[in-house]
Amino acid sequence: MEAIKTVALTKRYKDLTAVDGLNLTVRQGELLSLLGVNGAGKTTTVKLLTGLTRPTSGEAFLNGKSILTEAAAVKAMIAVSPQETAVAPNLTVRENLELIAGVHGISKADAKDKIAELGGRFGLGELANKKAGKLSGGWQRRLSIAMALVSDPQILFLDEPTLGLDVLARGELWELIRALKGKMTVILTTHYMEEAEALSDRVAILKSGRLLLTGAPAELKRRAGTDKFDEAFVRIVKGGQP
Amino acid sequence: MKGMAFSKRNYLEILRDPLNLIFGAGFPIVLLLLLTAIQAHVPVALFELRRLAPGIAVFGLSFMTLFSATLVAKDRASSFLPRLYTTPLTAGDFILGYLLPVLPISAAQSVICYGAAVLLGLKVTVHIIASVLFALPAALLFVSLGLLCGSVFTDKQVGGVCGALLTNLTAWLSGVWFDLKLVGGAFERIAHLLPFFHAVEAQRAALSGDYPAAFSHLGWVSAYAALATAAAVLAFLRQMRSR
Repeated sequence: MEAIKTVALTKRYKDLTAVDGLNLTVRQGELLSLLGVNGAGKTTTVKLLTGLTRPTSGEAFLNGKSILTEAAAVKAMIAVSPQETAVAPNLTVRENLELIAGVHGISKADAKDKIAELGGRFGLGELANKKAGKLSGGWQRRLSIAMALVSDPQILFLDEPTLGLDVLARGELWELIRALKGKMTVILTTHYMEEAEALSDRVAILKSGRLLLTGAPAELKRRAGTDKFDEAFVRIVKGGQP
Repeated sequence: MKGMAFSKRNYLEILRDPLNLIFGAGFPIVLLLLLTAIQAHVPVALFELRRLAPGIAVFGLSFMTLFSATLVAKDRASSFLPRLYTTPLTAGDFILGYLLPVLPISAAQSVICYGAAVLLGLKVTVHIIASVLFALPAALLFVSLGLLCGSVFTDKQVGGVCGALLTNLTAWLSGVWFDLKLVGGAFERIAHLLPFFHAVEAQRAALSGDYPAAFSHLGWVSAYAALATAAAVLAFLRQMRSR
């Protein structure tokens, strides 16, 4: 079954068409990266799929549920880790995780188990009583992703998850993201070509709101006639088509 | 339960901000101490505790607008609120989640204010409890103004609008610092049309046991509180949908 299916999904803002007739299918358990230069429509696509903004036209289905008519069901099955780190700064690490468990209606007992498990997996256990606002950028990003996993989402949206992080922190987060593959459907937006190549089952390249191409990283390199993924991306984007 | 989790977060965010504690609890007490000390050294009744304490209690509530507005505006400016918009929380959960946690904080502030006044010599009567209860509509008014301003202005703008403008309006137009009759004219008429004067007078009347007068003033405050709450709900929903 398809985890995500968009049908001519379009979003216009006055004179700008941010997403233009997007037809995209993502399989369950797949990690798909949305790639594109600034203004390509990556973040708007995520906003449309997560109900943060309504499409001008078109439709999308998440595990068969319409984003237009079944928004509550869609919200119950997704989680988002936004581009900016989105944590409550005056709450502790544990309280942030409890907050997300609470807003998803998870019982206290289940939340306690889940938070203990995530604390171990993300190395947050020793920081459980530290205020989130006092954590470094890398640890806040870890917490932000851990918060997205509290509700065991079926579809996880990671918007630029490693933006601004140093090489070590990025590598550690890659491992955590890699471990999610197959357990849930993951949509990743990123500017980092090596990140998309290392993590993705498939990549979707957007330009000016339109979908140029989808495929596995190796397939895109082959179609662009190069063995370097960043070069393949540039060729595809500059050419409009490979 | 889902909305409660969000309410709890907002309650903790406000209480854990040291500036909120300083302005919410410390500043009214400092004013009480200062003005009571002045009263002790002047021969006329300028700042008698039975009139001063209700006034400071209402003035202190005006800071709730600042706390509430700052929280909402900061949440809007960050990715935190958009993140929560992708969860099963409903619009009602968000609105109640911002309004409800500030009400017990407001009540606690009034209790602290009257407690300090008692330590300074205010006579202990059952009417003090009534005064605290009569402060609740005013608390709802100020908290709703906070949600309204936080939904409309940026986190930098709310500092000016709520921190400077509203607290000054409350101070000057409520009759806390001086009898409005001393100025009279249009100033007094405008003050009587606004809720701040009535919020103070409702508490003063309750404190003196004049409940008919207290309820009369409370009607004004409740009407303004209802209007402010309705406007806040509309403003919050508008910014939520504009995304």
